[in-house]
Amino acid sequence: MSLSVQIAKRLQGFTLNISFSAEAGVTALLGASGSGKSMTLRCIAGVEKPDEGSIVLDGRVLYDSKAKIDLPPQARKVGYLFQRYALFPNMTVLQNIDAGLSLERDAHARKTKRESLISRFHLEGLEERVPRELSGGQMQRVALCRMLAGEPEAILLDEPFAALDSHLRWQMEAEVKQTLAEFPGVALLVSHDRGEVYRMSRRVCVLNMGASEPLLDTAELLDRPRTLQTALITGCKNCVPAEMIAQSTVRIPDWNAALGCVPTKGGSITHAGIRAQYISPCEPGTENALLCRVADAEDDVFSRVLTLKPAGGTATLRAEVGKAAGEALCIGSEAWFCLPKEHIMLLSETHEN
Amino acid sequence: MQEIWEILKTLDYSPLWISLKTGLVATVICFFLGIWTARSVMRMGKRAKAFVDGLLTLPMVLPPTVAGFFLLLIFSLRRPIGSFLYEELSIKVVQTWLGCILAAGVISFPLMYRNARAAFEQVDIELIYAGRTLGMSESAIFWRVVLPSAGPGVVSGTILTFARALGEYGATSMLAGNIAGKTGTISQRIAMVIQNGDYLTAGLWVAIILLISFGIVVVMNLFADAKMKHIKKW
Repeated sequence: MSLSVQIAKRLQGFTLNISFSAEAGVTALLGASGSGKSMTLRCIAGVEKPDEGSIVLDGRVLYDSKAKIDLPPQARKVGYLFQRYALFPNMTVLQNIDAGLSLERDAHARKTKRESLISRFHLEGLEERVPRELSGGQMQRVALCRMLAGEPEAILLDEPFAALDSHLRWQMEAEVKQTLAEFPGVALLVSHDRGEVYRMSRRVCVLNMGASEPLLDTAELLDRPRTLQTALITGCKNCVPAEMIAQSTVRIPDWNAALGCVPTKGGSITHAGIRAQYISPCEPGTENALLCRVADAEDDVFSRVLTLKPAGGTATLRAEVGKAAGEALCIGSEAWFCLPKEHIMLLSETHEN
Repeated sequence: MQEIWEILKTLDYSPLWISLKTGLVATVICFFLGIWTARSVMRMGKRAKAFVDGLLTLPMVLPPTVAGFFLLLIFSLRRPIGSFLYEELSIKVVQTWLGCILAAGVISFPLMYRNARAAFEQVDIELIYAGRTLGMSESAIFWRVVLPSAGPGVVSGTILTFARALGEYGATSMLAGNIAGKTGTISQRIAMVIQNGDYLTAGLWVAIILLISFGIVVVMNLFADAKMKHIKKW
């Protein structure tokens, strides 16, 4: 099972330029809104047409601009879970699921499949309801059920949890995760939420203004992003210009600092960054410690967010510390903060490919 | 009262049937043609769309007599197309019931077409995409997803088309004329009896067409409302 996508499409403001190859299992497409994630899924599903390129699912050519192949969405066997579910509002739950069984011609087989799907997705008792009578979670279950009814070979999930409240999100994430684990083919998950990507997928492809970066392991992406764009999309708040001045020392003019770091191989380093939660108060003299003035401090739900101004520096740092540790750090005070060298990310601005 | 009853008993009811039949047939034709045209125009490029839409809307904004003029220009037996139709295919439009339908259809068509198009343009494209990825055929998507979603607009278009076709006067009188029992519609009968100074008979016909038009519009509104009870009012 594999899905290889290589497409280009001119869009308003930028050009979509996607190239990746996903194996069975969950692969995430991570990008800011407007970076072309949904358009990529639509091109794969066949409801939008790329300008050029090719899409191959398990050896089956779905689209190839050179060979003039462009299978209609009905023939692609690609399931699509829409952001707002796109359940047919005029049909009952049962009729919606039946729509997913459109390609099953045999009435008896359809009935059997329908019944097993309804019990698998716990939809008993909801068969005769119409979508507007369902809760958000139920709608998503119906949408999942309807999508899987046609036994697609690949499934595409477009921001599947965007329409849910946070308490429902967790529950549905668990359900979707289980459904995905049982799915034998390629699953693509589109998201702008790094946490969601981290929890749901093993591999991730970052999209930046329509261009895709090479596929990475999810853990590697979040711990060791290699480009500035990836660091930003994965939520790194502290990214500043930097230059390597020794094998394992990076100079950061904006912070007026030279910090120890773990050297990476290849790529010219133009930026360095550190995630806000890895910065913590420390004793003077600790390795990679910076003397900072607390310029601003505010309480978040479970942490205290500090804006730090390093002595002699021009840029600020954002640190998230525990509430207990943060109590003492009021606005205007000065303290030493440690930027652990194993968490210093060395980044290059240009794309790797 | 006795007088009205006497008139009602001896009244020639042919205009009622002719109007109803004309309205019904014209509405059925406009329903399918309007929907098909709406879909075709939606697929056109920007300029072609503006041009074709303008052309199709003209009958609604011009006096019906202008439409009647053009219809006569086409179908008059003294014109090439009209004479060809009559001589080769034995189809006669002028002074026939076919003319009634054609006139009423042309005048009421824009109402169906415009309402259908406005309704289709409101349909959430994701529903159509969903239908396609689920393997539904394009015609199944249209009849089972698009049309129900566009329901309100299509229903109101159909109501207006029927009401307009039922009462068409200007183009009908020019193309089909007012032949009693053949092309004499209610609106033409009203004009005729008024010219004879018979206000009582004219009033009765006015009452009849008022009742029918108003009744149908109200009933179809109720029906449409019941089907769309989930749509929130604002």
